[in-house]
Amino acid sequence: MKPPPFDYVAPDTLEEALAVLAEHGDDAQPLAGGQSLVPMLSLRIARPAVLLDLNRVAALKGISAEGGALKLGAMTRQVEALTSATVEQTLPGLQEAVNFVGHFQTRNRGTIGGSISLGEPAAENPAFAVAMDADLELQSTQGSRVVRASDYYSGPYMTARTDTELLTSITYRPPAGARIGTLEVSQRRGDFALSGLVACLPVSGGVISDARLCWFGMGSQPLRARSAEAALNGASISGLDIAGRAELALQPPAPKDDSHATADYRRQAGRPVFTRLLIRLTGEGAAQ
Amino acid sequence: MSDHDISLTVNGRKVARRVPARRTLLDFLRSDLGLTGTHAGCEHGVCGACTVMIDGVAMRSCLTFAVQMDGHAVTTVEGVANEDGSFHPVQQALHDNHGLQCGFCTPGIVMSLLSLTEGEQKASREEVLDAMSGHICRCTGYQGLHKAIAQLTEATHG
Repeated sequence: MKPPPFDYVAPDTLEEALAVLAEHGDDAQPLAGGQSLVPMLSLRIARPAVLLDLNRVAALKGISAEGGALKLGAMTRQVEALTSATVEQTLPGLQEAVNFVGHFQTRNRGTIGGSISLGEPAAENPAFAVAMDADLELQSTQGSRVVRASDYYSGPYMTARTDTELLTSITYRPPAGARIGTLEVSQRRGDFALSGLVACLPVSGGVISDARLCWFGMGSQPLRARSAEAALNGASISGLDIAGRAELALQPPAPKDDSHATADYRRQAGRPVFTRLLIRLTGEGAAQ
Repeated sequence: MSDHDISLTVNGRKVARRVPARRTLLDFLRSDLGLTGTHAGCEHGVCGACTVMIDGVAMRSCLTFAVQMDGHAVTTVEGVANEDGSFHPVQQALHDNHGLQCGFCTPGIVMSLLSLTEGEQKASREEVLDAMSGHICRCTGYQGLHKAIAQLTEATHG
């Protein structure tokens, strides 16, 4: 369980980091918190020629809020999001989701951007970004572009990021009146979800509009439950047929059997996850 | 396959060494410095036995490279007891409550407890118990550990 040999660079500036990626392409592997990447190195699933450590790049840090939007530097550590007053005021739902990520000791080093970049299908941060349809800013020496999180994932660990680009920031734009929640079933506290759901329900005058539901651990990538979303839009939160929507929401996921759970177990677990989360979010006093 | 000169503080002492980039902090502590109190368990971040404090914050030494520690301060279980060898309150609480059995997982648990009970914002009993989900004890039971945590957090939270 030792990582393979690699060259290591730890630049101080974003420009230097992007230059490393421009030179080495997919031979270089960006290192954020390393809480998933280092195990992948130790298991020799990843064998980069160059490890590009981003921990000294100050430009990738920082939490700011403007006009209701929350912007996180990609190297924002999970613990920083959990303890930030700015996050608590603008998007407390992010803190609920991040609190499911790994353990206290890994959240102290793991980053939001690293988790989103890795694209583990059972992880919380990618699903939360997709549910919020966050803006993901990618930069290279050639310039920058913004990709919506709903367009970011194409399979397990597969993202729209090219080998010479770096995820530099994440901007969440919570809709007005949004009730946001995350719930999951896992074997042990801190394990990856066997079935998890992020829900964002904007409620105005007791009526839902622009609902977003995103499963994780239920397929090869974060998965929006679009037909259930459509069935929630325009519905009143009082007397809502949650069980009926759960059946709709469970139609798109196509989880597979693996060593942790069968596909059938994941779908069965998804039903109470959906039901409990929506009962909570549509209940009285369930403001964001 | 690059080598790097690093200087860091370990348990209050300045240390300078040359390390290959791929050496984890865990292996650096155990093999380069002979500090074998930090235990190598799963070596992929799950078991918690290798937990140390980096700049006062509990982290996995198996998920950090030694080269990344240049300029930082690391505290291991060897740096916990008082100068005269008497127990730190965390160690005392574990001792008083039979909070360890075979002791393999204990160094990591000590470092997590230390980081949660020594800082400015003292964690509540519930927060400390939640953080213990990041440590696996194969002797199982955890009841002595629960009692030790109750003793540790009683003073600040009642």
